Amino acid sequence: MIEQPLLDVRGLSTDYTAKRGGKTVRVQAVKDVSFTLAKREVLGIVGESGCGKTSVGRSIIRLAKPHRGEVIFSGKDIFTTGGDALKQLRLKIRMVFQDPFASLNPRRSIGDSIAETGDIHGLFASKAERHRQVQQALSNVGLDGSFAARYPHELSGGQRQRVGIARAILPAPDVVIADEAVSALDVSVQAQVLNLLADLRESMGLSMIFISHDLGVVGQISDRVAVMYMGRIVETAPTASIIEQPIHPYTRTLMAARPKPDPRIRIKAGIEIGEPPSQFERPAGCPYAKRCPLVTTICTTDDPALRTIAPGRLVACHNV
Amino acid sequence: MLRVSDLSISIGSPDNYIDIVSSVSFEIGRGEILGLVGESGCGKSMTSLAVMGLLAKGGPWVRTGRAELSGFDVIHAEPYERVEAGHGGIAMIFQEPMSSLNPVMTIGEQIEEAINVHQRVTGSRQNLTARDYLEMVRIADAAMQINAYPHQLSGGMRQRVMIAIALACQPQVLIADEPTTALDVTVQAQILSLLRELCDTLGLSILFITHDLGVVAQLVDRVAVMYAGRVVETAAVDRVFDAAAHPYTAALMSCLPDPAHRVRRLVTIPGQAAKPGQITKGCAFAPRCAYAVDICREDPLPYAMLADNHRALCLFPRGVVR
Repeated sequence: MIEQPLLDVRGLSTDYTAKRGGKTVRVQAVKDVSFTLAKREVLGIVGESGCGKTSVGRSIIRLAKPHRGEVIFSGKDIFTTGGDALKQLRLKIRMVFQDPFASLNPRRSIGDSIAETGDIHGLFASKAERHRQVQQALSNVGLDGSFAARYPHELSGGQRQRVGIARAILPAPDVVIADEAVSALDVSVQAQVLNLLADLRESMGLSMIFISHDLGVVGQISDRVAVMYMGRIVETAPTASIIEQPIHPYTRTLMAARPKPDPRIRIKAGIEIGEPPSQFERPAGCPYAKRCPLVTTICTTDDPALRTIAPGRLVACHNV
Repeated sequence: MLRVSDLSISIGSPDNYIDIVSSVSFEIGRGEILGLVGESGCGKSMTSLAVMGLLAKGGPWVRTGRAELSGFDVIHAEPYERVEAGHGGIAMIFQEPMSSLNPVMTIGEQIEEAINVHQRVTGSRQNLTARDYLEMVRIADAAMQINAYPHQLSGGMRQRVMIAIALACQPQVLIADEPTTALDVTVQAQILSLLRELCDTLGLSILFITHDLGVVAQLVDRVAVMYAGRVVETAAVDRVFDAAAHPYTAALMSCLPDPAHRVRRLVTIPGQAAKPGQITKGCAFAPRCAYAVDICREDPLPYAMLADNHRALCLFPRGVVR
């Protein structure tokens, strides 16, 4: 691919401070994460709780302050941008959250919530234009125009998530970051929202970072998948390769542990694959070493870097 | 072991009520795991709370039906009565172990408490200690962990402790309401494998409530699918996945993304789930069903009895030649 990536994340590290036993400690939520996102591409980020996938998304839109690294979006570094350029940027990269009820103001009508960004940024030339754009956003997410006058409590979970998406796409962004956007929905509704996101990607030429713990969902929507473990990307590959032939031992465990909807392929009884580690106790060397079946001496001293092992496939492991 | 028959749960007054669960029947054999499956609001948790005797006064109430544990009606008896009568018990675990554990007691004390209360009621001595129960749920280093407080444990460990407390009540039936939904997949896999092991070694019967069809396929022996307060299909787990007879079950299966067989568009179910009291005549799924005809919307439905203890609440079960 010679084409310039739309979003280029380089060496992103995000730390948080937390109180632990009366002392302030630093938690490395994201550690040296790099990836690119091409135009119209959907990149899935999977991992278990605390792996840093949400922090990556939040760092990109500057909701979390990164500690190191840069994110290049259309030639500019997001972290050094300020003023009007930053405002413009906020219209180009948009976020959809897990719980649409928590992210909608219960006292504002759906129409006002969708229009809020436009109001703040002065996108509407007139009241009529505002109305037109809200109606268009609603119709783009498959909701009737009459929803503009309703309030969040009148809507079902699926409808609220459509509103969350309508709000994100109103300013015609280039990138949508969806953080567990379908995780709270029932399967039949989840399928509808996944189809909607796929349609919007086609019709609006959107790129997407789709963050989820659910490999089934990520596998359905993504072109490429990045697997995270303890703040690091341990493997990136085209979706089909990750599913059919996971290489990193953690990716393999994750694939094996996924409850497949097929009673003929059951997980063996008595499996013990260990617990995800605490972020407060980051070991020296590879963070996965403690649970890894392939562990050797070097794993406990050197943290492996991501390296290319086949075109488009990067793995951070000493022993594959 | 546990037989629930014609269970209806209603809200409102006895003269003016709406059924939120209607005529639910199912059975669980010894050592068997029954998966009670459905989407939010279908009545699966309400059913389990009623069986457990946990419906609060002034809220939804049991209008009709029985739940018999070895022949003893547990719904209309106080919990201690059923244990005193020598019918063992039903224990329950929930989605959020942290909100069910006492934060200021060690996990050992909490298991002891369950053992003591249970002994006082039954009068029989247990020769198992808290540590034995911790070992039973495969907590490594039980001798040390016994003094830990809930906040010192991971989510998976806390759920194991909940299972240990439940086991300390020596139940015949364990009701598990979405016990792995809040857990990571690698931890979930281990809890599922533990539950299966307990069924096999202790002969424990489990009513496993979940919305996750993947978990159903992995764990349960038989499935009861609920929609709008009714059980619409019951069958052995492989029949549900291979030969779903009810259109709702079939549609639910096809909504599920399967990364190994990726499709361009996922199948969806048009419309929204029926709300309680919304549909009073005929089949509750008819408005969303691709195969519905006029008579589906009129008469009360009979269960179609299919092969292998397989029944579906449908006039035109799929895969059946008429």
